[in-house]
Amino acid sequence: MQAAETTMASSERSQDNEHKLTVEDTDFFYGEKQALFKVALTVPTHHVTAFIGPSGCGKSTLLRCFNRLNDLVEGARVIGRICLDGKDIYDPSVDVTDLRTRVGMVFQKVNPFPKSIYQNVVYGPQLQGVRRRSVLDGIVEKSLQGAGLWEEVKDRLHHSALGLSGGQQQRLCIARALAVNPEVLLMDEPCSALDPISTAKIEELLHSLKEQLTVVIVTHNMQQAARISDLTGFFLMGELIEYAETKTIFTNPSDSRTEDYVTGRFG
Amino acid sequence: MRARIKKFLDSGTLFVWFCGTAVAASLLLVGGVLLLIMVNGLGFFWPHALVDLTLTDGTHVLGELKGEEVIPYSETPAFPEGKTRVRLKVGNRDLYGLDFRWVDTDQIVSAESPKDVAAFERREWGNFYGRIREVSRGGDVVASGNQEGWKALQPLIEQANDLHEEIEHLQRDVIGDINYDIEETRLKIRELELSGQHEPQEVAELQTATKQLETQYEKHVATLRKLSRQLDEYAVILVETNGREKQLAVGQIVKALRPNDMGFVEKILRYFMNFWSVLSEEPREANTEGGIFPAIFGTVMMVLIMSVAVVPFGVLAAFYLREYARQGLIVRVIRIAVNNLAGVPSIVFGVFGLGFFVYAVGGTLDTLFYPEALPTPTFGTGGILWASFTLALLTVPVVIVSTEEGLSAVPREYREGSLALGATKFESMLRVILPCALPGILTGLILAVARATGEVAPLMLTGVVKLAPALPLDHHFPFLHFERKFMHLGFHIFDVGFQSPNVEAAKPMVYVTTLILVMVVIVLNLSAVALRNYMQKKFKASAV
Ligand SMILES: Nc1ncnc2c1ncn2[C@@H]1O[C@H](COP(=O)(O)OP(=O)(O)O)[C@@H](O)[C@H]1O
Ligand SMILES: [Mg+2]
Repeated sequence: MQAAETTMASSERSQDNEHKLTVEDTDFFYGEKQALFKVALTVPTHHVTAFIGPSGCGKSTLLRCFNRLNDLVEGARVIGRICLDGKDIYDPSVDVTDLRTRVGMVFQKVNPFPKSIYQNVVYGPQLQGVRRRSVLDGIVEKSLQGAGLWEEVKDRLHHSALGLSGGQQQRLCIARALAVNPEVLLMDEPCSALDPISTAKIEELLHSLKEQLTVVIVTHNMQQAARISDLTGFFLMGELIEYAETKTIFTNPSDSRTEDYVTGRFG
Repeated sequence: MRARIKKFLDSGTLFVWFCGTAVAASLLLVGGVLLLIMVNGLGFFWPHALVDLTLTDGTHVLGELKGEEVIPYSETPAFPEGKTRVRLKVGNRDLYGLDFRWVDTDQIVSAESPKDVAAFERREWGNFYGRIREVSRGGDVVASGNQEGWKALQPLIEQANDLHEEIEHLQRDVIGDINYDIEETRLKIRELELSGQHEPQEVAELQTATKQLETQYEKHVATLRKLSRQLDEYAVILVETNGREKQLAVGQIVKALRPNDMGFVEKILRYFMNFWSVLSEEPREANTEGGIFPAIFGTVMMVLIMSVAVVPFGVLAAFYLREYARQGLIVRVIRIAVNNLAGVPSIVFGVFGLGFFVYAVGGTLDTLFYPEALPTPTFGTGGILWASFTLALLTVPVVIVSTEEGLSAVPREYREGSLALGATKFESMLRVILPCALPGILTGLILAVARATGEVAPLMLTGVVKLAPALPLDHHFPFLHFERKFMHLGFHIFDVGFQSPNVEAAKPMVYVTTLILVMVVIVLNLSAVALRNYMQKKFKASAV
């Protein structure tokens, strides 16, 4: 019931815009070193978009541009335009913390805070000034359910998050990101450190998540990309080689390098 | 063969042995020091037996046996090689001039430990060892003979001790309060005069108040005199082992013991009583006797003030260096400078504390806020606050370094995770990074406390004294008196051990003070460790 409401609300919110994120001819530099070359793509709303490519090709860099986490890196520069709902997120008038509540992120390295499960989930909402216990309780339940973790932890919400298994911790991180009700969820190789069962659980989760929000996921695992994503972008040495429907990328790629990569000839 | 040796060397067995030896040597040194302090310090409280030696010339020597040694450089005919001698604490300083005496072993005819000899701890002149001839009251004999006198003396000593307590109370609390009020009134009058726009009536009122206080003072002084006379009411004639007499007032005796007549349980009981009285009492006789309570109190309070000052200071500095400052040459230079600051001799900090805190800051405070007390300085002289601040300055590098280490140990993922949820940098620091860095911060506090408790040199310039008239904490508003001078265990060791006229007699006191200083260091450290573990529990693993 509640989930249905959220779905409706978020679909209303973005119905008028088919393209959640647009990247226009963007270069990215770490100091002198250029990490992205003239990347251009659009991420459609309520879809799962996957970025694949060999390591060091700039997938994480692009992902971290979407919530401006690259701002932390000294000497990092973006040249070009990246828009969320048609608005340039690198515009000086944009409030970065506000942007980051709209664009959540789940990291490759599982990183729940050394606090209780409950405190982890309410971290974001509390930052936004939610203080009422009943409201927070509701958010915790809803977010944990959204991340498929509620049944497993509902009896030990006030235990340390570090006592959970790796897969549970990663789903807690997803719940923590969901708690602030983001429009986009960025996932940077969320399953690379997890066992196959936990990975399956998270993949399953993605199908339900895309009803509510837009997912951009970086993955190393091509089967995973093929299973879960609607669109796939293939990166090589900072360039976006090919970006198309997942089926096309995996069955009938137009670039020979993509074909080599997805058939496992390198990477 | 060569190959075998090479193989043995390469296997690292030898290296392991070297490492093990190094650890063992360090442990042995530390253990040895602790053992020395413990044996000497803890032995002090034990009621030692008294021996009565009969010498070849027919005289007697009575006292506590303190050890035996081969006479050094004994090669002359009178002192053949290998001849030994014993050392006794004979007390009776007023009769003999010295507390200790060497007796050559071959001079001793016999040794016994008579049960009827007593050790009298006196308020002046140290211990007296001997027997009682008679107890009298204003010239009338109350009890004569050792046995009768002993029985009569016990209740009298207790009475005298009660009387002393009463006098002490009167002197310190009652008269002390009146003095305090008189001084306050004087300062108020002076303040009014300085302000230049006072009502003459107000001053007159204050002056009558002073008059009243002064009459009260006179009254109490009269009582005091009466009580002091009561102390001299009973007198006792003591005889030392060779028959020389000494008459003194019963009020002069703190306690009398017959150690040779005491059972083991009784001795243990006495042991703990002695221990407690050292912990809880004020010093006597230029600090060489009595207790060391003010020194313990001063040490602990100074360390607490220092901790309160150093932690926020160091943590803020470390946060700036690690989180806000642009990492580059300047920060690196600052970091090196901070590290080197920890190696500056502490006396240099003392000089700085004296010049900056005492004269500059304190002097300014005095002219601004305490002009009525001038020319007597209030904050413009050494005091516990300035001493604590000086030590805070001395230990702040330690806190900065450990806090920085704690901060750099916080995983980058936590910072990014927090920022990705829409936290500002400040919010992330407050809610994620600070709790994670807390163990590092508290480790810094532990190191700072350890260093500060043992530091003496800078204190000597910034507020420590041999004998402080009042504790820096009492019932007068505002209760904490940061401007007061204080006593300190480390300085006490120096003062008693090296500045007192009777060094030999003060030796046990030095060991006891050292022992207690070590205990205070350990207790303070353990408290800081406990605090750290508590915080770690609260913020980490089982975040309940
Ligand atoms: N903080 C940084 N500073 C400098 N160079 C970086 C930084 N992060 C990544 N890079 C470089 O940028 C390139 C792209 O990195 P990244 O986006 O992490 O690749 P991946 O596709 O494996 O996620 C790599 O060559 C990497 O070395
Ligand atoms: Mg990556």
